[in-house]
Amino acid sequence: MKITEKPVAFYPEFARKSGPHKETTHYCPGCGHGNVHKMIAEAMVDLGINERTVFISPVGCSVFGYYYFDCGHMQAAHGRAPAVATGIKRANPEAIVIAYQGDGDLAAIGTAETLHAANRGENITVFFVNNAIYGMTGGQMAPTTLIGQKTATTPRGRIEAQHGNPIRMAEIIATLPATTYVERVAIGDSKHIMKARKAIRKALTNQVENRGYSFVEILSTCPTGWKMDGPDARDWLIEEMIKIFPLGVYKDEADHREGAWHRPVEPFVPAKRDAYLGADEAEAKAEKLSLPAELHCKFAGFGGQGVLTLGLFLAQVGMRADLHASWIPSYGPEMRGGTANCSVNLSERRIGSPLVDRPNLLVVMNQPSLEAFAGQVVEGGVVIVDTSVVENCPELPGRRVVRIPATGIADEVGTPKVANVVLLGAICAATGAFPLAFVEQSLRETVKKKDLVDLNLAALRRGYEHVRDAV
Amino acid sequence: MSRKFMKGNDAIVVGALQAGCRAYYGYPITPASEIAHAASQHFPALGGTFIQAESEVAAINMVYGTAGMGIRTMTASSSPGFSLKQEGLSYIAGAELPCVVVNVSRGGPGLGNIAPEQADYFQVTKGGGHGNYRLIALAPNCAQEMCDLTVLAFDLADTYRNPVCILADGFTGQMMEPVTVPLARPVPFDHTSWCVRGDAETHRNLISSIYLESEDLERHNLKLDEKYRRIARDEVRFEEYRVEDADLIVVAFGIVSRIVYSTVDQAREQGLKVGLLRPITLWPFPSARIAELAARDVRFLSAELSTGQMVEDVRLAVEGRAPVHFYGRCGGMVPGSEELLAEYGKILEGGRS
Repeated sequence: MKITEKPVAFYPEFARKSGPHKETTHYCPGCGHGNVHKMIAEAMVDLGINERTVFISPVGCSVFGYYYFDCGHMQAAHGRAPAVATGIKRANPEAIVIAYQGDGDLAAIGTAETLHAANRGENITVFFVNNAIYGMTGGQMAPTTLIGQKTATTPRGRIEAQHGNPIRMAEIIATLPATTYVERVAIGDSKHIMKARKAIRKALTNQVENRGYSFVEILSTCPTGWKMDGPDARDWLIEEMIKIFPLGVYKDEADHREGAWHRPVEPFVPAKRDAYLGADEAEAKAEKLSLPAELHCKFAGFGGQGVLTLGLFLAQVGMRADLHASWIPSYGPEMRGGTANCSVNLSERRIGSPLVDRPNLLVVMNQPSLEAFAGQVVEGGVVIVDTSVVENCPELPGRRVVRIPATGIADEVGTPKVANVVLLGAICAATGAFPLAFVEQSLRETVKKKDLVDLNLAALRRGYEHVRDAV
Repeated sequence: MSRKFMKGNDAIVVGALQAGCRAYYGYPITPASEIAHAASQHFPALGGTFIQAESEVAAINMVYGTAGMGIRTMTASSSPGFSLKQEGLSYIAGAELPCVVVNVSRGGPGLGNIAPEQADYFQVTKGGGHGNYRLIALAPNCAQEMCDLTVLAFDLADTYRNPVCILADGFTGQMMEPVTVPLARPVPFDHTSWCVRGDAETHRNLISSIYLESEDLERHNLKLDEKYRRIARDEVRFEEYRVEDADLIVVAFGIVSRIVYSTVDQAREQGLKVGLLRPITLWPFPSARIAELAARDVRFLSAELSTGQMVEDVRLAVEGRAPVHFYGRCGGMVPGSEELLAEYGKILEGGRS
């Protein structure tokens, strides 16, 4: 097909097109895409937007949209144009983004992307060219193929009981509250084309004015796919398709939405990010402490007792002491049985496995944990037991068992929630790994709610003193 | 420098922010969801974009749109979700767009479970989607690397206009360690010549992977291939520990490399001369170095959380010049030190043939 009187939003010559004929389109005679392209190009010129437009070509006959429009182009995977459009518009809200899609692309393989972009109210324009057939792949059934219509995959015609019904996208999309403007138009004769031109212009104007998501469904012809000549195809479009796909405005809230859908973004400012994350070039002021011995610890109990937080407290004490530190919650089959546990390593050397399968420090806050992990403790290791909860705590040959009624002590201090901090105090006393004052300072920095700092410090000291005095 | 104690998954977001990433698109999936949680908090706070997409497919195509504008962008997921992204990755590689994708891999196949596995090695290093393309694949093994390799990933993506994958696992994602937050630097790339920003300067550019004529598509493939050869030559990264005199070189990445690292000294105390070679780039794979090491009297062991994937690359690198053994656990089972030491003993007692 030859396009006469080209709008300037078309390239003067279609240089990207392969083959010798750079002045004609690749579309078949009688195809509706040429009409629709021309109306879009005219609107782009009238609105003065072609240089800031990004046109997304779908998979289908209009995959080569970039042959024609003098604007930015991205070609998208089948059905994904609305997602690609989202990625463009959200990254640069000043770009004018057009998703141009056929019926297979928009209403079959890309239904999810279509509905959700509409449901988010993306400030984009979707042109849906519905010609009731798959053109490029050779005339197969489309989601919009009419009942009785013969295609390459419905040789006996589309049957409701087998293939379902033609899907009405404009009606569906109009139900979504975030959409602004939804209209179905047609080509085929000059009366319909005039309405279509107006709808296309309005849909683009909406975007320029940040009025939100616009969807224009354009009933179009495919003489090749329909196996008709041009005039018959135009007649079939007007006489048959419009019956199933009624024309009209399904939704128009553009008047209430000027500017409402502009979603501004900011450029990347390195200094702002450094400030936000607290990144600086200052020398670390960590106090370097040496460990009497590497600590490979396991903390275990019921969920909610704070064993994971206890591990985290100790690991952060280690980090403050400029040690290598790792914390990892329970893993694999150990996760079963309603117990929570974590592994912590503290070392002056680089830490290999963060998993602790042979701890030299075990802290348990319930009976099942003691039974599960006591046997893994290495010889010479320390086992700290909350005897408020664990009733049966036998001696463990070759291991030092430290008994402390941590939950009871925590109760006395104010709340059983700080039983884990009582145990942190017990760890300090039992292992001698860190001076109490150092751990106190660490807790002051770690505890997020400042009104709870004193409570935590009291719990820490009580746990420390209990073990120190028992020795 | 300030050190913060953070999860590997959070460290990825910190790295992305400091690398100048401006848009994050994702879909919830365990054990990668913390990345989306952190991104939803930080990206909007800094004037960036966060969208919880309707699907993994949509998320990777949103990445395509933003990447096509020459803006740093990323997505993250876990194994089943990463499978869904393959179509988008093929298009992104075909259109030569820079982006970062994170796979905090879990147990498979199918729904599998949420425990750590390394069974996505094939998918990540051999392409995954259709056509001739490669992902640059980085395998962090600690929280600091989750951050630093994310920064590197963005630079590699921009340098080569290619998607870069961070292949982590449930452990490296969930584990907390001290992380020194790197300073943010301006992004030193100008993509005006090819990107489509929706402005006058770039409005004649085209982002596409369609080449209708066979000659054109072959030319495009050869151009990509030339790029992949350059990457294979210039971007191999690995780390070694006591390989120089080793009788057994264990090849391991991610969490397994941490466990193996712990066992090297223990093995030597037992008289077993073991060393560790840890690929940091899974693609390009450190084949040349492995080939060099294979020239002497040595054995290799590929230790993985899979039924044997990376071991194929080790064998290809060794080219039959040394015995290559495999030891793997999967489904979330992880080899302990004693288990690995027993395996080393068995291999080395087997002696030389």
